[in-house]
Amino acid sequence: MWAGYLALRRVPTCEKLILNYLGIIVLMNRIITLTVLSAIVLLAGCEGTDKQQQTPDSDYQRRLIERLIDAVPGDVIDIPEGRFAFDRSLMLTTDGVTIRGAGADKTILSFKNQVVGAEGLLVTASDFTLENLAIEDTIGDALKVNNGKNIIIRGVRVEWTNGYSTDNGAYGLYPVQTENVLIEDSVAIGASDAGIYVGQSRNVVVRNNRAEWNVAGIEIENTIGADVYGNLATNNTGGILIFNMPNLPQAGHHTRVFNNRVIANNTENFGHAGTPVASVPAGSGILVNSNDRVEIFNNELVDNNTANIIISSLHTTGYSDSEVQQNFDAYPESIWVYGNQFSGGGETPDGLDLKALKLAMFGFGGRFPDVLFDGYIDQNKFVDGELPPALRICISDEVEVLNADAPNGFTSPSLVGADMRCELEPLTPVTLAFL
Amino acid sequence: MWSCSEPSLVARTIVSGNPPLLSDWGQVGVLNNRVVLADAVEPYDLASSLFTDYAHKLRTVWMPPGTAAVYRSDDVLEFPLGTVITKTFYYPRTAIGDQQVRRAPDTSAQLLAGELGVDAIRLIETRILVRRESGWAAIPYRWNEEQTDATLQRAGDIVPLTMVTDTGVEENFSYWVPNVNQCSSCHGIDAKSRALHPIGPKVRHLNKRYHFDTAEVNQLDRWVTAGILEGAPASSEWGQNVDWADPEQALTARARAYLDINCSHCHSKQGPANTSGLHLDPATPLGPAFGLCKLPIAAGKGTGNRSYDIVPGRPDDSILVHRLESTIPDVMMPEIGRALRHTEAVSMIRDWVHELDGGCTTG
Repeated sequence: MWAGYLALRRVPTCEKLILNYLGIIVLMNRIITLTVLSAIVLLAGCEGTDKQQQTPDSDYQRRLIERLIDAVPGDVIDIPEGRFAFDRSLMLTTDGVTIRGAGADKTILSFKNQVVGAEGLLVTASDFTLENLAIEDTIGDALKVNNGKNIIIRGVRVEWTNGYSTDNGAYGLYPVQTENVLIEDSVAIGASDAGIYVGQSRNVVVRNNRAEWNVAGIEIENTIGADVYGNLATNNTGGILIFNMPNLPQAGHHTRVFNNRVIANNTENFGHAGTPVASVPAGSGILVNSNDRVEIFNNELVDNNTANIIISSLHTTGYSDSEVQQNFDAYPESIWVYGNQFSGGGETPDGLDLKALKLAMFGFGGRFPDVLFDGYIDQNKFVDGELPPALRICISDEVEVLNADAPNGFTSPSLVGADMRCELEPLTPVTLAFL
Repeated sequence: MWSCSEPSLVARTIVSGNPPLLSDWGQVGVLNNRVVLADAVEPYDLASSLFTDYAHKLRTVWMPPGTAAVYRSDDVLEFPLGTVITKTFYYPRTAIGDQQVRRAPDTSAQLLAGELGVDAIRLIETRILVRRESGWAAIPYRWNEEQTDATLQRAGDIVPLTMVTDTGVEENFSYWVPNVNQCSSCHGIDAKSRALHPIGPKVRHLNKRYHFDTAEVNQLDRWVTAGILEGAPASSEWGQNVDWADPEQALTARARAYLDINCSHCHSKQGPANTSGLHLDPATPLGPAFGLCKLPIAAGKGTGNRSYDIVPGRPDDSILVHRLESTIPDVMMPEIGRALRHTEAVSMIRDWVHELDGGCTTG
């Protein structure tokens, strides 16, 4: 098989050497580790001279799959510069592996011709690092990491290259049920759900990334302990989302969103109806839904045309208590907003209800204030007729807040900014041992 | 040469490595153009089985001489070190070419008792699960064009096939042979440990009658008699799933049996799909965790614009039905192992959802 392959293809000497090498590995099969490492060294040695590898190379698929199968803890799988085509999903199950490309615009794993598989790369392993490469045009999620500790995603680009579309895959970078996660210097473009989506995880840092043309730019869901900073979220439907969903093993809390630029997230909602993000109005800057202990500070919020900040409850989406687990707390509590810079936004809210509300309260040429609150407050937690101070939503920024009065069918909306000036205890930063 | 003396297979276990040929294991093979099993290799069947694009499946288990499996009431039986389980995927052929296969009921048991000739079938792949010191290992083999042996195929494959129904309807599909790492997509039933386990050999799946070459007997009875299953209580205590296709059985039992064998290896409290909060294992009561009026989590495109996993009485509004019906890779369920719709099963699941009482608030 390998001999046939070599006879049929014109390949540079250097690559031929490697192929021979890998062919031997395939035949001998179990004498792997050293041989693979040697092959990696050889590959690395070829990079400078071997520009042939930039053309689609369907056989690279098999080589990479076998390297993922044969990986042992400590392996670094280097993928050279070039565009590599895949027709099926990849999977890694070994702990302690690094997959590294030559750069997010140089090493491109293209799934444009994918036939099978719900992801591009699925990882079920700990101590995993993915860096300096791009995953393009997967049918479903680009990268999913399901269960694992110490996950680093750095300098990775995930993109659907035909632009935003409901037909694009759901998630770009998607760690779920993970612990100690760093996503940095990465780019997510075109996801039909969330570009960067951290679900049901603990101890997470998402920093210095760019999320653009996704339904949700960055979404932190049912996650305990997340720092989201230094990111640019622009041209999404919603920029940065902090969500809690019912019927999951853990409720999320403790998220700090700071030093981000959240600009003009006004793209029409192209998500799939039924998904939580499908109810996100276009023009949402930072959106907190049913999550607790969220600190939003020092962000630059610009031109998000429904509202720069929205604080809401799952109740607003119309689900009854009977359909979620008994102990699910749908109320957003202990939210503190301060030190942010606001400009523009609120002029053209999305959705008939919000459009009507804006027109009724602020007129044709007016705008929603910078913070929109749906008005759900848990009266069962009241002490002496009000929420205990630690559970309040505090807006320290000198901006106006619209309480939309969703619990009463939006009948008595009011401006409540002055009532919400308070402060909370700052949340502790997330610490990652490997930072 | 071999025709001079009666050829035979000798089953064995291999404690490490990936033998290059299926015949190295001596469990199942083709001799004189017939599919044959070695002595002491037990064929078995499941009350309801996992759908894999209408592929027929010949399942076998072999334990080292003198050893036996230990009874477990709910989990997979505790098999001894060295146990080899095989599953051979094949299709009945049509008269036309290698690429055309026939959609027909799986009659492996009856065929094996009589004549499972390779002329009538196309063997696709045989997957081996072997219990080693380090745990269960999965080793896949792909049958050669000559249909004489299968060779190690760790990187997986995509096999273009055309399915032909009784009425002559043709459908092209890509039969997906998973790569070794993807074995854990189904067999890694605990998302934390990620260790591989067999899925089928549980009491509730095995507790059924099977056509052996001599007679039709209950599989577990036969295993007990043969001394390869120990610790079994009286048969009245054995759990039992129904055959989902048996119209004589209650719809709920049929639906739960189907969802159990097709979904619950991932959709359980411990399984990798616990991220969805949807648990389709037998221990989960028929409530929100089983999908009733449950909001989807990270379903993406999979929602099909529907609001709940299962809306009682309304299959057309139920995400679960939509994902079983779909063949789009990031919509369909299971995510791996099929490219075709299991029409008959979907129809049964629809009937079951339709029969459920109640409804959900919105959607």
